[in-house]
Amino acid sequence: MQMLTNRSKAVDRHPMTVWEKMYLPAIAKGMSITLSHFFKKKPTINFPEETRPFSPVFRGLHILNRDEEGRENCTACGLCAVACPAEAITMEAAERKEGEEHLYREEKYAAKYEINMLRCIFCGLCEEACPKDAIYLSETFAPSNYKREGFIYGKNDLLIPDPKKEPELYQKAVGERARKK
Amino acid sequence: MIQLAIDLAFVLEKAILIGGIISVSLLVAMYSTWAERKVAGFMQDRLGPNRAGPFGLFQPLADGLKLFMKEEIIPNASNKFLFILGPGLAMMTAMMTSAVIPWGKQIEIFGRTVDLQIADINIGILYIFAVLSMGVYGIMIGGWASNNKFSLLAALRGASQMISYELAMGLSIIALLMLTGSLSLKTIVELQSASGGWWNIAYQPLGFLIFIVCAFAECNRTPFDLPEAENELNFGYHQEYSSMKLGFYLFAEYINMFMSSVLMATLYFGGYDIPFVNDASLIESMGMNLVAVLQGLSLFLKAAFFIFVFMWVRWTIPRFRYDQLMHLGWKVMIPLALFNMLITAIVVLIRENGWPF
Repeated sequence: MQMLTNRSKAVDRHPMTVWEKMYLPAIAKGMSITLSHFFKKKPTINFPEETRPFSPVFRGLHILNRDEEGRENCTACGLCAVACPAEAITMEAAERKEGEEHLYREEKYAAKYEINMLRCIFCGLCEEACPKDAIYLSETFAPSNYKREGFIYGKNDLLIPDPKKEPELYQKAVGERARKK
Repeated sequence: MIQLAIDLAFVLEKAILIGGIISVSLLVAMYSTWAERKVAGFMQDRLGPNRAGPFGLFQPLADGLKLFMKEEIIPNASNKFLFILGPGLAMMTAMMTSAVIPWGKQIEIFGRTVDLQIADINIGILYIFAVLSMGVYGIMIGGWASNNKFSLLAALRGASQMISYELAMGLSIIALLMLTGSLSLKTIVELQSASGGWWNIAYQPLGFLIFIVCAFAECNRTPFDLPEAENELNFGYHQEYSSMKLGFYLFAEYINMFMSSVLMATLYFGGYDIPFVNDASLIESMGMNLVAVLQGLSLFLKAAFFIFVFMWVRWTIPRFRYDQLMHLGWKVMIPLALFNMLITAIVVLIRENGWPF
């Protein structure tokens, strides 16, 4: 019979020889294997103390960006919501009033901006769709929560800290990825 | 009224010794559970418990606390007295073995010379076997009193296994006794630690092999842990047990393991004898008490090694099938032990009477 692959092996059913019937050599062999594993380096990463390094293209939690003066970039154009394959993003637009120029960069801004992290598949299409560089994916992932409501992230969860008021927190939130750009 | 000629100091001395030995064996058993999980982890390329305290050292405390906190369930249909007696008996028989084991030579306190052995009885090994066979009752009573057919079957399984292997174990010991000519454990150790004396393992390698295999079976450890095969035979005789009563059964297993490790070290590896050193000359140069501490340490290290072997085997070898277990016990171990006995008898006879032909 022609073999499709050379990987198949016939089952060996020969009666045991005296050496094999003694068991002890086989047991000694097995024990030497387990002992060698005893001294091997363990691949365990002790999670809270050590973390696995993320890859440079890791896509984590979303961040709503501000410009250098601390104004929100988002204009509520809705392109991210359209691009989102999981339909996780909803927003409500509002018009910038007189005297709010230091808060919002454009005349239109997002009064409400929500991402449902349970729906989100972290594909990063929102980041690619955004014409204003207002949203990007950071290097952290969503922390666990007891309630589903906790996973609907609003603007105060997503907005990056103000670079003028809290420069240290801002730098931390920006992370390695944005710095490379 | 009969006046017993025992002074108070003697009673006090023995009481302290008993208390010390029991607490040490409980501590060792406690940390055996930790070591077991650590060894299991390391052999499977994991780290084992490392969250509770440094290196997970508080893990046994956490486990014990958990067992104490658990709800205590006594089945309605069970025989309540025997149900409670079962784990107590298992625990007690496990502890009783320690009475005849010499933990060191002697120490000198307040001008008294104290033997580091609770009772130097001249039938030490017989006593140990008597206590060991009592251990079957813990299993049988627990399994029967649960009034559960699975528990009863498991208890029968456990009891027949223990009785079968006790036979081969006894026969392997007889060969050793023919060499030493004494049943007292103290004499056996002293013969081994005398200058020019070899450890018994040199004379009885086959006997030791039989003994260690039977010890595995007696302690219900893998590859012979059919009485409590958790994953395939519906747990075991302690199926109906919960809370600390279950804990006692599991704990008794670890105490048994420690005791049989100590016994193996005592019978075949020189007991408290410090290897490569003449103990008698060491006593002269260092003093009795320091040497006794070293001797105790040496015994503990030997026992610790055997405990490690117990765990090492557990995480290497899969469980035997029940017919294989009985086959090994009756058709392999007992003939082998008898053969070993015969050879030893011939050698002893020739050594004492010379070559008669």
